[in-house]
Order: sequence, then C-alpha cells, then structure tokens
Amino acid sequence: MALNITGRKLFVKALKEEGVDTIFAYPGGMITDIVDELYKTEGIRVVLGRHEQALVHEAEGYARATGKTAVVLVTSGPGATNTITGIADAYYDSIPMVIFTGQVPLHLIGNDAFQEVDIVGMTRSITKFGVTVRNREDMGKLIKMGFQVASTGKPGPVLIDIPKDIQVTSGSPEYPDHVDIRGYHPNENVHIGQLKKAYRLLKNAKRPLILAGGGVRIAGAQKNLLEFATKMNIPVTTTIMGKGVMPEDSPLYIGNCGMHGRFAANKAVTECDVLFSIGTRFNDRITGELDEFAPKAQIVHVDIASASISRNVVVDVPVTADAKIALERLCEYAEAMDTKKWLCELKAWEKEHPLTMPKSKVGVCPQTICEGINEVFPKANIVTDVGQHQMWATQFIKLNEGQEFITSGGLGTMGFGFPAAIGASIGNPKKDVVLVTGDGGFQMNMQEMATAMTIGVSVVICLFNNSTLGMVRQMQQLFYGKRYEITDLSAEDGSYYPDFLKWAEGYQCKAIRVTDADGVVPALKEAKKNKGITLIDFIVSPDDLVLPMVKSGTPLGDMILK
Amino acid sequence: MKNRWIALYVENQVGVLAKVSGLFSAKSYNLQTLTVGTTEQEDVSRMTISVKADDVTFEQIKKQLNAMVEVIKVIDLTTIPIHMKEILYATVHGLDSVGKTEAFQIAEVFDRGGSVKICDIGGDTVLFECTLTENKNNELIALLKSRFKKVQIVRGGAVAVEAISRSNR
Ligand SMILES: Cc1ncc(C[n+]2csc(CCOP(=O)(O)OP(=O)(O)O)c2C)c(N)n1
Repeated sequence: MALNITGRKLFVKALKEEGVDTIFAYPGGMITDIVDELYKTEGIRVVLGRHEQALVHEAEGYARATGKTAVVLVTSGPGATNTITGIADAYYDSIPMVIFTGQVPLHLIGNDAFQEVDIVGMTRSITKFGVTVRNREDMGKLIKMGFQVASTGKPGPVLIDIPKDIQVTSGSPEYPDHVDIRGYHPNENVHIGQLKKAYRLLKNAKRPLILAGGGVRIAGAQKNLLEFATKMNIPVTTTIMGKGVMPEDSPLYIGNCGMHGRFAANKAVTECDVLFSIGTRFNDRITGELDEFAPKAQIVHVDIASASISRNVVVDVPVTADAKIALERLCEYAEAMDTKKWLCELKAWEKEHPLTMPKSKVGVCPQTICEGINEVFPKANIVTDVGQHQMWATQFIKLNEGQEFITSGGLGTMGFGFPAAIGASIGNPKKDVVLVTGDGGFQMNMQEMATAMTIGVSVVICLFNNSTLGMVRQMQQLFYGKRYEITDLSAEDGSYYPDFLKWAEGYQCKAIRVTDADGVVPALKEAKKNKGITLIDFIVSPDDLVLPMVKSGTPLGDMILK
Repeated sequence: MKNRWIALYVENQVGVLAKVSGLFSAKSYNLQTLTVGTTEQEDVSRMTISVKADDVTFEQIKKQLNAMVEVIKVIDLTTIPIHMKEILYATVHGLDSVGKTEAFQIAEVFDRGGSVKICDIGGDTVLFECTLTENKNNELIALLKSRFKKVQIVRGGAVAVEAISRSNR
C-alpha cells in the first residue's frame, strides 16, 4: 500500500495525471494550501489573472484555442461568485472546463462563515456537474469524474468545491484512471437507421441546405463536413458558433444565417425543402420567429445531446450522434446530387443583396477594418467581444483553414473578448491572436492588460471605438425613435474617458490611433511586427449599423436591409 | 396538458433533489408533486414526479432529466400499469355526535381494505388517515369540506410503483 498523502498533494497529482500544464488561478484564504503545493510543483504553469470573471474567460480562450480541458482555481466566497458569469458563458458554449473553488472547512459549512457561499448551489443550473468534496477519500474519484464529465459528450464546465480541511487531510494517494458514472452515458454511436432516413430525405430534396453549428467544431468534424457537402453538392450555412467550420472560399459556403446573417443565407433557410442541421441547438438568434422558421423544409437534426433535439424546433428526423461519427457514416454512401438550379438561385440572392456596408460618414468603416485584418492576419486566431463589432467580424472576417473564431455565442458576454484573447495566446503562443472588441465590452475587463503585459502574451487589440454601446444604440436608432438613453459612453461635452492611448501608456504597451481608412493596414502591419500587446484604437462612427437585421421575434425572411 | 408521471432513480447525494426540482423551476415546467425516498440500495433514491405538460414538453422533461449526471434512470409511468397512492391526513373539528357518526360512515365507505381509517379522536375532533389515489383523495376532501365546517388537510405527494400484473391501472 502506498503511503497516504494530503488532499493538496492529491490535487496536484490529479492535475499531472490529467496532463494539465497550465491553470488559471487567483488566490485566497481557502486555497492557500493548494497554492503552496503548486509553488513546490514543476511542470504546471499557474496564470494569475486580475479578476476571477476574466480568469474564467482566459481559461475559455485557452480551451477554445487548444481543445484541451481548461482548469481554474479560485478561493471561496467572492472568489467563487466572481466566476459565475464566466461559468455560464462556458456552459452555453460547451467549453470543457474544471473549476476548483476553495471552501470553508466542513464544520463551518452552513454557518455563514467568513467567505462561505454555496457555490455548488449557485452554479447548479450552469454546470454539467458540481460537487463539494465532503470526504477526503472521495476526492480522487470526484476530480476524475469532473475531468471525465467536462470533456466528454457535449462538453461543459464542472465545478469542484474543496473545503480547506479536506486539502490538508491525509488519505489515499490513488487517482483513478476512469470512474464509472452510472447516470452518465454520452453518446458514442449513431443510429444508422435514422441516419439513412436523413440521407434519403436529403437525396430526394430539390433545395437541400446544411446548417452547421459549433458542435461540428467541437467534434473536429470540419473536414468531414466539407467532404459531405462537396460530395453531395449541398450548400452550407453556419451559426455564429459554427463560423469557420466550412472554408469560406468554398463555392458551397453561403455565410452565416440568423439575426445578422447574410440575405442569401436567410433566404436559403426560408426557401429550402430539406434542412440538414448538425451541431446547433436552434438558438432564437438563428431561428427568428419559430413558427416561421424553415417553413418549407423537412428538418434533420444531428446533435450529441438528445435533450437539444426538438427542444426549440420540432424536427422530422432526429439523430443523436457525435457530428464527426455521423458525417463519416454519411460520407460512406453520399452520392452527388444535381443542385445546380438551387445554387443558381442562391447566387442570384447573393447578387441581389451582397454583404457590404455603406462608407461611414466619420471615422473608419468597420468593414474596412475587418478586411484589413483579413489581409494582414490571414492565419490568426480571431477573438471577439460582444456587440456590433462581433457581428461585423462574423460578417466580414474570412477564416482560412486552421483559424479559430473564438466568440461568446450562447450567453453573449461583454467583457469576454480581451481575457479570452489572452487565454488563446497562452494556449497557442505561436499563433497570432487578433481581438475585435468594442469600447464598452473592453472596459468590462480591461484590467487584464496587467495580466497580459506581466506574462508577455501577444495580442492585437482592434478596438472598435464608437464611444457608444453600439449594439443597443442600434436598437434605439431603429426601434425606439433614436432615444439614446444610457448608451452614450462619452461625457456631455463630448469628451471621452479613458484616452486609450494614454491608458495603454500606463501599461507600457504599444498603442496606435486610426481615424481613417488609409491608416488601417499600416497600423495592423505595425502591430504584427510588435511582439506583445498592441492596442489599435479605431475611431468608428456611432451611426454605423449592422445589417441585415432580423428584428427579434420576426421571421428570418423579414430582413431590415437599409 | 395532461397529468403525467415519472419515476426517477437518482444518486442519493446532497443537492440532487435541488438539482432535479431546480430543473423544473429553471425551465418553467409545471411540477405538480415530487416525493423522494431511498430504495433497497442505500446510495440510490427514487423520486415520483408528476407534471402537467403537453407531449412535446414532456419529452423534453424526460430528456433533460436523463441528461443529468446524477440521474440514473428515468421511467415514464404515464403509459404503463402502476400502483400509486398518496398519503393524506384530514382533521375535522367542531363535530357533535351526529357529525362524528357521519365521519365514521364516510371513512367506512371510502375504505378499501384499510386505506382509510379514523386513527385518532378527541372531544369534537376526528383524524382521518388515508392512503388512496390522488383522485380518490380529492373526492374525499371535497366531500369532507361540503359536510363539515372546519377541515384541516395535510397531503403528501404520490408514490408509484410499476404493477406486477399488467392489467392494473
Ligand atoms: C455583460 C453584458 N451586459 C450587457 C449586455 C448587453 N449588450 C449587448 S451588446 C452591448 C453593447 C456593446 O457595446 P460595445 O462593447 O461598445 O460594442 P459595440 O456594440 O459598440 O460594437 C450591450 C450593452 C451584454 N451583452 N453583456
């Protein structure tokens, strides 16, 4: 029998056996023992953020750039509650992550002890699994369970709460290779009968369409999707989370659909007769008014989580399966279809309303910035925050193979972008990271500049500075009679805080201001040369709109185009 | 919207009941009753849940429950023969001797082999103890309320088990 070890030692042992080489941590009284153990450990990099919410987004960016399960470590009470927004974000975008929270000693739990909160209870609806370790002997098993659950099936965050006394109690050194969880059986197979049914439906369609979501990326099924679509000549549209799963230069790719989707893509959804959707959960931003969604189509839905199927959209052929496995099987019998006529119709729609913006009256046109990014950074990972700039990025940034598009899709969390970009760079330091962010969202986690500068990551911050909360202001402009209440971020006399150049100076980071189109590419080129952080403050007009737009609750076919 | 029944095997752990009931509130499913107790296996609990839902929602509920790591098995009791009973206590106050006699008569008529009895009695009060189906209990309550002025009701949720003989329902 091996000698007993403390909980804190077992914690580190577990991370090592899981192959964890980086964790995102913020200290506090209830994890000082584990922190001390990490000090003595080699081979695990500990990244200190400046705010726990940002820390979780950093971990998300890391997970999305590497495909690995990210690990977060924070203290109890306020440390734990600060992670909640990040956890919710990870939950809705299916990011594999294990969050360890310190907890007050067992005998104090339930006593309103200093910095005690019921974090497992608070995060119950935004975690795949959450547990407080109440017995030192269960610790190994529960941590293993956490990693298993977070990374399999539909991935998601798992929270493991470890009371301080458990961290120092001695017990078994065992860390299991595998835990049998009797209530957890992620789907590993596909019902061939259902798949054949789906195939027959497609084969007989006149206007077939594939709708691909983030599930395709999570499954690593990009190549399979391309093969399947190409073999059958079926056009492909994507969700925001699915952006990039289909090469943008493929003649079959028709762009994103949804609230700010392309005209042709939304028309395609409205007019198709069979919709083959895979790895998407039909979020309302994709469907518009549900009753009018794909009104002429029979719908196939392939998803790894059977609970996602027929929840929003009632489907004709449900297929519970991993996207990669399903596409591999389909490719075995896929045969070419004659879709020429349908593809011509799509082309005509694209011609009727191509995706382009009118030139801005003042400042730099967002489309020009995105095109500059395409030109200067054709291989970078692209990270966005949430708002108009995010939608412009999804519309105008073209992704090539190997580029990730890292964005907060499900929760739409302002403040996500900058820390996620830092995390992406930590996970994949060889790759350029371009952040597209707004001045509102950036200010929600801009303290992370200290994290970035301290550890020396390399990120190009493209700040779309329109001095407003643009996305909300756009709604006010279109639907609320231009009553711009609480969306203007500048002072009454027009002055704006902070001056981002001066602010950046405080962090000793490079900063450039760009006020016209000519400045875009040179600034991006300079940023590319500069290792480290470059902030480019692009001055953008507050009146620029993201179009097309489908008003919330109206059919996808009803687009506002001007 | 029909009343539906589910039996659920879950891990017998802190927080599991909250997670299951939390699903119903978080997704706005209309939970009618929920009872829970341990099974022959100490680490497994069984819940009996009734919800009012349409077909589509009910399918979703079952899937969502199935997706929970702590849920071991979901059994849809709506479509299979089951035995189901609900515990009910009814205290009737302010009875004269005529009233008391009537109370005993009611108990006798509702009784099906020990399922209703008057288990306690005081000066002007009697206590009914019933293990009937939920519907039968509803009828009893309605009758007691129509006959007597002051009736106090305590009900537990229903507990159900799959029938052995398939003709039972
Ligand atoms: C944490 C959070 N609060 C509020 C919102 C609502 N919201 C969505 S977009 C937006 C405006 C974003 O402004 P900015 O970051 O400047 O980007 P822009 O739209 O101007 O490009 C707001 C307030 C949100 N998504 N997240």
